Parts: sequence; structure tokens; C-alpha cells
Amino acid sequence: MNFVLIAEQTLNGLQLGVTLFLLAAGLTLVFGIMNMVNLAHGALYMVGAYLASFFFQQTGSYLLAVLLALAGTLLVGIVTELVALRTLYERDHLDQVLATFGLILFFNELVAILWGRAAIFSTIPEYLTGHVQLAAGLRYPLYRLVIIGVGVAVAFVLWYVVARTRLGMLIRAGASNRAMVAALGINIRLLYTVVFGFGAALAGLAGLLAGPIYSVQPGMGELILIQVFVVIVIGGIGSIRGALAGALIVGMVDTMGRAFLKPALSTLISPSAADTAGPAIASMLIYLLMAVVLTFRPAGLFPAAR
Amino acid sequence: MNISRRAWALVGLLALLAAVPPLAAALDQPFYVDLLRRVMIFAIAATSLNLILGYGGMVSFGHAAYLGIGAYAVGVLSHHGIDNGWLQWALAIGASALVALAIGAVSVRTSGIYFIMITLAFTQMLYYLGISIEEYGGDDGMRLATRSQFSGLIDLADASSFYYLVLAILALFLYLTHRLVNSRFGLALQAARSNEARTRAIGLSPYPYRLAAFVISGAMCGLAGALLVNHTAYLTPEFMNWTRSGELMFMVILGGIATAAGPLLGAAALLLLEDVLQGWSMLPKEAVRDHWQLYLGIILVLVVIFARRGLAGLLPGGGKND
Repeated sequence: MNFVLIAEQTLNGLQLGVTLFLLAAGLTLVFGIMNMVNLAHGALYMVGAYLASFFFQQTGSYLLAVLLALAGTLLVGIVTELVALRTLYERDHLDQVLATFGLILFFNELVAILWGRAAIFSTIPEYLTGHVQLAAGLRYPLYRLVIIGVGVAVAFVLWYVVARTRLGMLIRAGASNRAMVAALGINIRLLYTVVFGFGAALAGLAGLLAGPIYSVQPGMGELILIQVFVVIVIGGIGSIRGALAGALIVGMVDTMGRAFLKPALSTLISPSAADTAGPAIASMLIYLLMAVVLTFRPAGLFPAAR
Repeated sequence: MNISRRAWALVGLLALLAAVPPLAAALDQPFYVDLLRRVMIFAIAATSLNLILGYGGMVSFGHAAYLGIGAYAVGVLSHHGIDNGWLQWALAIGASALVALAIGAVSVRTSGIYFIMITLAFTQMLYYLGISIEEYGGDDGMRLATRSQFSGLIDLADASSFYYLVLAILALFLYLTHRLVNSRFGLALQAARSNEARTRAIGLSPYPYRLAAFVISGAMCGLAGALLVNHTAYLTPEFMNWTRSGELMFMVILGGIATAAGPLLGAAALLLLEDVLQGWSMLPKEAVRDHWQLYLGIILVLVVIFARRGLAGLLPGGGKND
């Protein structure tokens, strides 16, 4: 194992990590403030990916497509919140899980009707293709670096909004005591809708960024959503800091496991056994990590202050 | 009085199910034997989920795991030439119980949303494990070489013998669940669901009760998995897909949570609804058959928002929780 390979995989892990973070931030906010389990969060990720590739095809301008896709996902999120989810805040988690499970079926089929069941080809503009020479022998795709940059920028903006603005103050207050915020004359319903739309747009952003790397197809949201669950369980539900830490840990562990577990195992056991065991263990690694974390820290690494 | 009327309603339902094979034969519609056998297998799985979800208050979003483990126990043994049904089914139950013990030991300590996500994540882990083991078919799955053999005692290849075996197991499990729920153990479990603090105050620690229920439930569902793989004669990791867990939960809720008949009614309603939506002739066929999940999704959301007591509330003497 040489330096180049490790550096490359570290960057891959970082890229997966920030993608997971964009999803985890919205999900953990929605949970922290509305006390709501939203399985349909992955559907918004899918919607973002589809809208971006659709608008890019139609308009030919990538930046315009990104803006339209973000606005579109925001709109879909807000409509979903107003029509279906709003009535569920007061219900128990079981009802929320089932209703949002129904929404997933709905969105996946809707996308299949509009764009077909097969994976569609999602492209990036000319100026984002190509590689960047980072060090001797280390050429890394520009687009993945852009994803990392966007993710870090969003993390910073998010920190600023939540920690330094009035909206962020309301969000934090809403997370710690909803009834009190409402009693102080804040329109809590509006706050919910804003937060939900905000989370939806972040999920859409994750989807449109990830679309050209992973495949864009119905059900793509659920594959990543379950990893996002692992992220926020490890990080501590309701905490943005936890979401960031969890996302980076999960992104790293998953990427490193897939890249290095098989060669590492083949030095210990026979290569053919490592061929079977390597990928099997690598795909289970983040879940095992979650089990270990929960054994020692049942509320996650950074439990939200409540 | 209430209880016995409900018991009779359930016995009536089972008697109706017992009448299906001769009726289907008379009408020359063998398809219905197959469909209802599937319904009953899922009813067994949903009954096992109801034990922890309904009576234990533990929202397990990973119950398909045990369906898969039961199926893999049968499929793996059969792949290696061991087709003894007793051995296969014993392994299905034992392995499911063991995995439930491991998953439960970690997840039962948590509650609420953590519990939901952890059970989901562990099931997903097993799903990926199933996909990555090429020896047993990997992603595609594999055909079951032979169905489980019971040394001539019962032949699962015969549609109606298999049907009655499933019916008998379902009836047995419904009875066992009823006894379990009304035993001291079951009362402690329900007490912990209703009010954990008071349960602790009278000197009962909920953890061992919950963990035991979790393991029993997993073992029951493992047997359902062994039945399911014999039913489809095909082993696939899709048995453990997270949507399967969601469907099982929906069956319990739709039928009526914490009721004896609920899981059976819910399984019947969901699977028959799927069947109807797939073959619906009122709308242009292709549009429906291809996209029935769209309608199913909408129905699911509406059921959760508007119909809160489930189908068991419609049965004589229904409408109250046990």
C-alpha cells in the first residue's frame, strides 16, 4: 500500500462523508425540532438528482440546472410537509415511519413513471471534468474535489446559520423546548415548514452532487438513507455537530474498508477466503461500528443537549 | 364475554381458511391456494412482529432479517445436500433466535427512534451479507434444489398438504401468542410498554422481558422464513430487503396493533390488495400493473392518517386493545 493509494482513498472517504453529511444535517434537524422520523428524506435526495439531470438536459446550463433543482426539491419538500407530514408531528414514531414509508413507495413509482425504471445517465459540464494534479503521482478527479469543497462550505454556512442568526436561535430553541417557543409568540408551524424545506434542499443538493458519481435511479435514496441513519445514530440524533462527525467517520470507515480490507485479510488468510470474506465484512463494517459505539455511548458520540 | 366473541371470530376466520383448498379445487382456481398460503406465511411473520411491536411497544423496523435467516438456514443446508426438514427448520428457528439475541442485546437497551434505526441498520447489514456471499447465489439468489423433506410424513410439494401445514402452524402460533401475552411474562411486557417508570417501581426490570420477547419473536419469524423459502422454492436476499420489514409493520398496523386477529387480517388485506392492484382492469392495464406501488403508497399514507384502529376493530367484539 503506497502513499498515493491511501491519499486517494482518504479523499474518496471525505467525499462520501460530506455527501452523507448533507443528508444527515437535514434529517437530524427535522428530528431534533419536530421529533419526526422522516424515511422519505432519501426520496428528496432522489428528486434532487433527477431534477438536476432533467434541467441540465433541457437548459444546457449546469448552474441554472443546479438552481432549478434546488428550488424544485425545496418546493417538493414544502408541499410534502404541508400535505402529508404536518398531521404526523403529534403522532408516535410508528405512524411516522409507516406514512413516510408510503411516501417512499409513492415517490419511487412517480419517478419511475416520469423517467423510467432504468438508471439514467447524469452528466457534468465540460469545465468540471478532468483531473487535478495534487501531488507527484496523485491525480484526483476535479468533480469530486468540488463536492468536497461544496460540502465543507455548506457545513460552515450551516454552523453560521444555526449558531449566529435569529433563525438559528429559533431552531435551537425549538429543539430544546417547542412549547415554550410557541408560547413566546413564534409561529412554530412556519418554523417547521422552513426547517423541513431547508432540510429538503440540502438533501436535493446531496442528490444532485452525487448523481453523476453514483447511479440515478428509483430507489437510490433508500440505499444511502440507511447509511445516513447509521451516521446520525453514531453522531447522536438531533445534533449537527454529531452529524458532521458521524458522516466523516462513516464515510472514511466505509471507503477504507472497501479498499483495504481484502488485501489486508489476504495477508492473514488464504487469498480465496479473503476474496469472499473481504467484501462481506467491508459491507458490514459501518453497522458493526454502530453497534460498538452504541454499546459504549447509547446516545451517540455527541448527544444533543436536551 | 368480549374476549370469547373475539376468539370465536378468529376461529371462524381460520375455519374459512381451512375451506379454501377444496373450494379452489371445485372452482378450478388452484391459484388461490398459493395466494392464501403466502398470506398465512406472512401472517405468521406479522404475528411474531405483533408480539414485540404491539404488546412490547418495540418498533422493530428490521423484522425481515429473521425471515431471511430462516430462509437461508433452509437454503444453505439444502445447497449442501442436507434436505432433512426437521434439521433445516430447527436450524432456522435456532439461528434466528441467536441473531435476535445478538441484535436485541444491543438494540433493546435503546428506545424510540434509536431502536427503529438500529433494527433497520442491522437488517440492512444482513441483507448486504446475503448479497455478497456468491456461494449462495449472491445478488440473484438461487433455486432451492428440493423442498424440506419430512421422511414421507408430509410432502411439501403437494400444494394442499403444505397449505394445511402452514394453517396448522399459524393456528398454533396464534394460540401460543395468546397464552404468552396473557401469562405473567406477557403482562410484565405490556406493563413495560404502558409505563416503564411504574413497572420499575413495582420491582420489574423491563430489559430481560423485552429481550426475551425479542428473541421469541425472532425465532417465530425464522420459522416463517423457512416456510416462505419452501413456498417460493427460491432463496434470495430480497427476503431481507428493508421494504419487507416495512410491509410486515404495515400488516400489523393495518390489521390492528396488539390484537390476535390483526396480523392475519393485515397480511390478507395487504397481499390481496397488491394482487388486486396488479391485476386491476378498470384502468389501462399497463399503467396499473407497472406502478401499483404508487397507489399502495398513497393508500398507506391515508390509512395511517385516517384509519387508526385497524381492521380488527371491525370484527365482532373488536375495537378494544387486549
